[in-house]
Amino acid sequence: MAHTTADYKSEVKITWCPGCGDFAVLNALYQALVTMDLDPKNVVVVSGIGCSGRLPIFVNSFGFHGVHGRVLPTAMGVKIGNPKLTVIAVGGDGDGLAIGGGHFPHAARRNIDITYIMLDNNIYGLTKGQASPTTAQSFQGKSSPYGVSEENLNPIALALAYDVSFVARAYSGQLKHLSDLMVDAVNHKGFSFVHTLSPCVVFNDTYKYYGKKVTPIAPYENTSSKMRALEMWQDKEHIFLGTFYKDETRQTFNERIRDIIGQFPRDDEKYFRELVNRYA
Amino acid sequence: MKDILVRIGGEGGEGVISCGEMLTTAFARSAYDVYTFRTYPAEIKGGPAMFQVRASDAPVLSQGAAADILITFNEEAHQLHGNTIRPDGLLVYEPAHYKPEGTFECYAVPLDEITLNVVKSKLGKNVVALGVCSRILGMSIELLEEMVRDRFGKKGEMVVAKNIEALKAGYDYVDKHPFKKDLPKFAAIKSPIKRIVMSGNEALSIGAISAGCRYYGGYPITPASDILEFMEKDLPKFGGAVVQTEDEISALASVIGASFAGKKAMTATSGPGLALMVELMGLSAMSEIPCVIVDAMRSGPSTGMPTKTEQGDMNLAVYGAHGDAPRIVLAPGDAEECMYLMIQAFNLSEKYQCPVLYLTDQSLAHRTQTFPWPDFKRVPVVNRELPTEKDLKEGYVRFKMTDSGVSPMALPGMEGGCYAATGLEHTEKGAPNFTPKMHTQMSFKRARKIEMASRESGFTARYGAKKAKIGIIGWGSTQGAIREGVDMAAKAGIPVAHLQVKMVYPLPEADIKEFLSSVEQVIVAELNYSGQYNQLFRSRFLLPTIAMTKCEGLPFYAEEILAKIQAVASGSEQPVAGAVLSR
Repeated sequence: MAHTTADYKSEVKITWCPGCGDFAVLNALYQALVTMDLDPKNVVVVSGIGCSGRLPIFVNSFGFHGVHGRVLPTAMGVKIGNPKLTVIAVGGDGDGLAIGGGHFPHAARRNIDITYIMLDNNIYGLTKGQASPTTAQSFQGKSSPYGVSEENLNPIALALAYDVSFVARAYSGQLKHLSDLMVDAVNHKGFSFVHTLSPCVVFNDTYKYYGKKVTPIAPYENTSSKMRALEMWQDKEHIFLGTFYKDETRQTFNERIRDIIGQFPRDDEKYFRELVNRYA
Repeated sequence: MKDILVRIGGEGGEGVISCGEMLTTAFARSAYDVYTFRTYPAEIKGGPAMFQVRASDAPVLSQGAAADILITFNEEAHQLHGNTIRPDGLLVYEPAHYKPEGTFECYAVPLDEITLNVVKSKLGKNVVALGVCSRILGMSIELLEEMVRDRFGKKGEMVVAKNIEALKAGYDYVDKHPFKKDLPKFAAIKSPIKRIVMSGNEALSIGAISAGCRYYGGYPITPASDILEFMEKDLPKFGGAVVQTEDEISALASVIGASFAGKKAMTATSGPGLALMVELMGLSAMSEIPCVIVDAMRSGPSTGMPTKTEQGDMNLAVYGAHGDAPRIVLAPGDAEECMYLMIQAFNLSEKYQCPVLYLTDQSLAHRTQTFPWPDFKRVPVVNRELPTEKDLKEGYVRFKMTDSGVSPMALPGMEGGCYAATGLEHTEKGAPNFTPKMHTQMSFKRARKIEMASRESGFTARYGAKKAKIGIIGWGSTQGAIREGVDMAAKAGIPVAHLQVKMVYPLPEADIKEFLSSVEQVIVAELNYSGQYNQLFRSRFLLPTIAMTKCEGLPFYAEEILAKIQAVASGSEQPVAGAVLSR
């Protein structure tokens, strides 16, 4: 019997603020899981810390709410621990680009077969409104009373530069598109990244701004052209939504591990004997 | 009894270490017990290197102090180690470099010239030196030739032939130029025990594999890097995966992730890396996910002395966390124990679903020791408790309160087992919960497991006199030196009891209380400045223990242990109040 969204909803009461973009991400995820008809017991949602970090707790699957910034290495461990699992990593802009920014390039170069959904609200919401690495310079808030001194990072640019093998952007305001992209990302063979604009209605409400700026990537665009993808992220007029870049020809990390292990036909006793003999 | 200490000194990259390693294997294959120790510069090429091997037909407990034979590849080695030769020892020197003087016998061997004449290059000096050594020690040339074949066989017949020539050249030189000193001869003896020679790092790696470790994540750091290299090479043969991660934080994060998914997993690091892992140790404790963390300690703080030994991470290992994050800390006493206690480390981690820290140090990590062919079945493997079908059908409760504090752990893929592991305080089902009652209950649950672990038996080893007024307590790599010091004290007429604690935390209380009640004065010996374990002991047992500390980057010498015992026995050394800072 096919699964319904009810199968993926946990009993835990959702604690996000009314109107938070993360609700749409959660609902899109429920919908994506229905579309893929994945068995909850074979799905692991891993997260870091922040508003988005709570997400796994609201999903009836296996979940792992770890420490701040370490969602990617934790998710990698889960995927290596059991390659049959569908592993979805979620985390915020602070989690993934500030404290955990060092892990993103390494997940990319491993091409670990997990999906990373970055819920980007351009703010630190759970600590009540400090500027994050993606907050606009003009933003005046508690930790940036005179504006933000640093320029903001562009997650899509980073993903393209790190050679992530699936790079896409979605928006909480367009739930169906977000859900469809999640399905594409999970089905992608390799490391997939979905940059999700998920506004914080309390500390940095960007719904109006995004509402005017977001534009779907034209269906005729070639997703194998990185140059075109780079042009699109640099576009000042539009914030493009959709798949920027995709490369399915690359080997995944689990495949490489499998190949290494595969060189050795199982015979523990023989290998123990050889090991000890080395020291005789 | 034969007991000899050979020390070899030279420039890093000259083959001092490989010469020493081959000599060690030769001793072991001749059925003698060995114990090696090495120092090396933090630089890769250049700087002084030293390797020493102590061999005996009786068990060798420590690295030893004064050298019976010192082999110097250059004058600097003599400057550095000349004062460590016994007054009646033998110094092998290179006459082209310098002319030494001393009460010991100076034996000139033109290593460079022999090497150039025979091998026609500067390489091979270490094998010539090996030939010299082995002849001095009366070893069989056939045995050494076989060893050279085993070691260089992969590089082809040419290389083997050249090396055997070099070996023989050294051997022949000694035959033609006799020395005077009367040394014990180490011809091969028949022994029913087949021996292997292994370093602490190697032994614990094999122990981990045999315990069922199938994921290793690690980041290079001295002196733990060879564990990563060992695992990279050998773990895949057993179906395991290894990742060299981008830092120590991701190493432990991935280990905890893999363990969550059902794999036994570990990482290994040294002090600076352990410091980075502290937050994740708390996550492992909070989410009750097993993991094993090896800390091959080096001198600290900060970058400290990366190639020197110390037992300075005790406090970090035991207390390193925000909040109460109970864990188990083990410390093996020698290379053989590195192997077997590692199986226990995994067992305890699985049984109590908590982090287990495994403290070795530079000296134990890199020294090699002989021990009997391993019997992996000696320590039965324990796996974590999984939920029963009934548990899963009737609404699975991940963190169910139980008498032992341990609750069955579901793994992804188990029907009915869905839950979210979290570092947030949580209910029995795993849902976040910040009520006073829940935090109290869950803190108790996590601490309860560690209390249960403190009742495990077999994590101390008593040695020395059955009845004694003086007791000495140690942990980790110092075991052998303390035992030897205790033996020396016994010979000097002072009976001393020794307790080596293998489960450093929680303290195995029954054994320790019994030991404490059997003696009148207690020395706690360790290699750090402030007496970290002594402080833990004092606070736990409210006893005026006497600290013995050493913070030189070097292991204890048995003679130092003896001197401390004598000072306590004579009454000149008394317990002092407060931290142990003034000496």
